[in-house]
This record gives sequence, C-alpha cells and structure tokens, in this order.
Amino acid sequence: MSYAFEAEGLVKRFGTTTALAGIDLAARRGTVLGVLGPNGAGKTTAVRILATLLRPDSGRATVGGHDVVRDAGQVRRLIGLTGQYASVDEDLTGTQNLVLIGRLLDLSRRDARARAAELLAWFDLTDAAGRPAKTYSGGMRRRLDLAASLVGRPDVIYLDEPTTGLDPAKREEMWGVVRSLVDDGSTVLLTTQYLDEADALADEISVIDHGRVIAHGTPGELKRIAGSQTIVVRPTEPERIGEVADILRAGTGAEPELPRPGLLTVPVENDATFTAVVRRLDEAGIGVVELALRLPSLDEVFFTLTGHGAEEPTEVAA
Amino acid sequence: MTTTIRAAATPPRTGAPRAGSRPFGLARHSLSLAGRSLIKTLRTPEQLLDVTLQPIIFVVIFVYLLGGAISGSQHAYLEFLLPAIMVQTVLFASIATGVSLNTDVEKGVFDRFRSLPIARSAPLVGSVVGDLVRFVVCIAVLFAFGYAIGFRIGTDPLSTLAACLLTIAFAFAVSWIGVLLGVLMRSPGAVQGTAFLLLFPLTFGTNMMVPTDTLPGWLQWWVGVNPVADVMEAARGLIIGGPVAGPVTRSLLWTVAIIAVFAPLAVRAYRRRA
Ligand SMILES: Nc1ncnc2c1ncn2[C@@H]1O[C@H](COP(=O)(O)OP(=O)(O)OP(=O)(O)O)[C@@H](O)[C@H]1O
Ligand SMILES: [Mg+2]
Repeated sequence: MSYAFEAEGLVKRFGTTTALAGIDLAARRGTVLGVLGPNGAGKTTAVRILATLLRPDSGRATVGGHDVVRDAGQVRRLIGLTGQYASVDEDLTGTQNLVLIGRLLDLSRRDARARAAELLAWFDLTDAAGRPAKTYSGGMRRRLDLAASLVGRPDVIYLDEPTTGLDPAKREEMWGVVRSLVDDGSTVLLTTQYLDEADALADEISVIDHGRVIAHGTPGELKRIAGSQTIVVRPTEPERIGEVADILRAGTGAEPELPRPGLLTVPVENDATFTAVVRRLDEAGIGVVELALRLPSLDEVFFTLTGHGAEEPTEVAA
Repeated sequence: MTTTIRAAATPPRTGAPRAGSRPFGLARHSLSLAGRSLIKTLRTPEQLLDVTLQPIIFVVIFVYLLGGAISGSQHAYLEFLLPAIMVQTVLFASIATGVSLNTDVEKGVFDRFRSLPIARSAPLVGSVVGDLVRFVVCIAVLFAFGYAIGFRIGTDPLSTLAACLLTIAFAFAVSWIGVLLGVLMRSPGAVQGTAFLLLFPLTFGTNMMVPTDTLPGWLQWWVGVNPVADVMEAARGLIIGGPVAGPVTRSLLWTVAIIAVFAPLAVRAYRRRA
C-alpha cells in the first residue's frame, strides 16, 4: 500500500512534559487522516514534526518516502502547512503574502501573481487582496493562511484545527475546501477536536490522547466502538411525551430515556431508523422543538476508550 | 447562507515548476524576503522616526551646548562630530533588525518560511539585507540636517560615499549580532534592551565627542581596541580629511570578522530553535 506519509513511534518531550509518547500515524495517498484529540493531546506537536519544524526525540517519519529529519529539504517540496495559529504576515497585503510564497517557491513573478490572484478568488478574498492582513477578520486570516499553504500545489497538506473558531457556515465551507483538495489528489492530515468534523471528512481517524494513539479506524468503526448514535426528541407539547416514547420504542427496539423533563433520548443503530422515526412522528402529527441524530461527543468517545473524559493532561509519564 | 468559497472548482495543479529547481536559490530567496522587510518598513515609516530624530537631537545638543566649550568653535565641532554621529546612528538603527526578527519568530510568521524548500538562512539574510534601506534613510536625513546648519564635507563626494558604504557595511555586520539576539531571546523588549546595553559602551566609548588624548588612560585603552572607534575614525578621515588607510583597513577587518563569527552563529541558533 502506498502511504503519502507515515510516522512510527514518534516521541517528543518538552522538559518534563511528554508531548508525544510514541505515536504511529499514516495516510494512504489521496485520503484524509483525521487526528482527533483534546487540548494538549499532542496534535500540533505531531504536525510540526511531520512538517519538519520539530525533530522527534525518537521514532521516524517519512513523507513521500523522504525522512523528515534527514531529507527535510525534499519533504518541504511536498508539503503545505496551515498551522493552528495563522502565520500570515500582518503588515503585508493578501496579495503580497501569497506572491512572496510563490517567489520563494521559485515561481516567476508573473506566475506568482497569477497563482495569488487565483487563490484569493477561490477563497473569496479578492476584495480584500490589497489590504494589509492585519485588517482581516479571524476567518479571513484563516483562509489566507490556508491559501498560502496551497501556493505550491502540495501533495500533502497539514491542517491543524482549521475550523476552530469559525462560525458554522464558514466551517461548512472549510469542509468543502478540504474535500476538493482531496478530489484533486492531495493527501490531507487534519487535526480536530470534533468527532463530527472527523466523521464528515476523514477516511480514517486516529484518536490520540496524552501523546498516544488510543484508537484507529474508519469513522464507522470508531463510532461502533464509541457507542451508537442517539436520537434526541423534544415534542412541542410536553403532554404527548408518552406517545413519542412509544414511537421511539417501536422504531428502535430500545427503551427511551428521559434525561430532562420533556426530552427523550434513545440509542439507534443506523441512520435509516432515524428517518423512520421522523416519518412516524410526522404521521402522528407531533410537533417537535428539537429533533436530532447525535454522534457521541468527543467526551463520550474518550470515556468509552479510556475510562476518563477528555480533560487537559496532567503530567504524562515518559 | 452565502457560500463564498467555490469548493467545486479547484485551483488547477498543472504546469507549476517544482520549487527549488532553479539556481542561486539562496540569493533569490533572500532578496524576496528582503523585499518583504522593505514593504514593512515603507508601510510603517514612523518606525524610522526615532533613529532619524535621535542623531539630530544629539547634533543639536553637542554642537550648540558643548561645541563652543569643547573645540572653541561650533562649526569646527560640527565637522568633527557629524561623521561619528552618522556611525552611531546607523548602528542604533541596526538594532531594529533583531527586534523585528524576534517578533516574527514569536508570532509564527517564520514557521511558514521554515516549512518551505528554501535555505534555512534565507529569512535571516533577507531581514538583514532588507533593513539596509533604513541605514540609507538615516544617513540621508543626517546629512541633510548637517548641511542645513552649515556642515560641509572636507574631501570629495566619492570619499564621502566610501565613508557611508563603509559605515553601512559595518552596521550590516553588527546586525548579525542583533539577529543572534533576536533568535535566542524570548521577547522583542529583551532584544532591544540587550542591544542598547551593548551599543552604549561601543558608540560612546570612542572619540566621537572629544579627541582621544583628552580621555583618561583606561578609556584611551578602550578606544584603542573598540572597533566602532576605528569606523568613526575612518568615516571622519574620508569625510573631512585625515588619516584613512589604517582605520579603513581595521574597519573592514572587523566587518568581515563580525560577519564570519555571528552570521553562522545566528543561523545555527535559528536552526535549533524549536
Ligand atoms: N514548545 C513547547 N514547550 C513546552 N511544552 C510544549 C511545547 N509545545 C507543546 N508542549 C506541550 O506538549 C503537549 C502537547 O501539546 P500540543 O500543542 O501538541 O497539543 P495539541 O493536541 O495541539 O493541543 P491543542 O488542541 O490545545 O492545540 C502539551 O502538554 C503542551 O503543553
Ligand atoms: Mg494544537
């Protein structure tokens, strides 16, 4: 099988903190690897090692077959990095930022300009192209930062929490960008704290915690491990809650719970069941204030996998 | 919802030359990055205010307050002082390189450069080269002010130009010390403070203001070994006349030596910085 990048047994310590305690990560060409983990899990550290910005204390990693330490120069020809915090130059305009990167990638002045204009248009920044980046909103900066990492048409793209802090609409757009990058043949490493994001985008997910991979699989496999999805219903008229419970029981074969007055939840095995439940509620003429199919939260996933919630790490033993 | 990003249409991947395929990479990349520093300087010209006003204030204070007492004639003193002030000013202007570099490293701007297939030293060389224009601005402002209050060069324009270039070359070398500080230290303020502490004895511990033979013995010794004194001496010789060969040679040797030591140290420190 051909991997776009592969990391084995990466260890990285900062003083007494063990940021990575021996993790393996790999993605096949043209796929998205989701790296899912809470704050401090080691996501950024892993990305920085794969992007040649940090050297691992032990373990090895290759991108396109090139070692990230020994052949760092070769690796840098293949990758594009969008760090967790935007690293655009605030004093330069959007165009100047992108043209600079293009020039550093040995595009001719004309090609660099053309590429900058193309990316600015693609990320809807054309109107702001001539303004210094310090006047951009957070979301615009994010997009410019992502554009900067795409100037060289990299084969492998690292996106470190690309949607944290974006509003829901912008988040959906970012998802669209990731999908089109993959359609275009790139391989993407995407870190996130949200299971739904990993579920929506990733072909495979590595769940990391305290610098270790605690689970790896396709989104479907992980959801199975992590426990089923949940239907949540809150009827408009609280007195009809009994009828709703009957429908849920009939539809799923499981006993609904009443975590709060007026709100019913029931575990469900597959999406089709949800559709059936929705139809039956409709047929019975029951209005709803809330009706959703919920994935287990990251916290629930962690609870299942580790027996503890996704809290900040305390000291991790080496 | 206004879906602004046209996610369906991907920017084409065709026809881009692979990075790093052309020769003279370090020079070209450094120049591109120098262009970046230049844009930043031009966009915030107020950054140049302190380094251009400071020499003017010094000239005014020293010439009009002390000039009469020191050399009997304010005009003679202006001739004596101005070349040395030029050297001092340009050295102080060179601090900014280390300070802005530190800001860039802290802010993560350099992370992007470090993930590109360019020489590790290119961003550092770019910063130092890009700041050369600051030196030119400082010198131009100082000379303009000097001429307005009666300064005249005593040699010829070519020698004066040589003095300016020598000063700029030396400041370029000193910038690398600033770059090393900028890479090693934790905050721009710390870089600025440390650089000032280093530059005060180097620039004031000279015959900038009074002839060496009027100084106490230990200070005469310091002036003798201080490279900045050599550069001031050389600038003075080239601009108003006087001995030139010795000080110019020593200045050039110092310039080369400082670059040879501090540029590799700075690049090494930058490479190591996580
Ligand atoms: N430069 C550093 N110096 C000291 N400790 C560090 C450094 N970088 C990371 N760490 C520590 O290593 C651990 C992992 O950090 P990392 O940034 O990789 O986590 P993360 O998964 O990206 O977290 P987040 O979701 O908050 O971005 C944390 O405990 C962090 O404090
Ligand atoms: Mg992080």
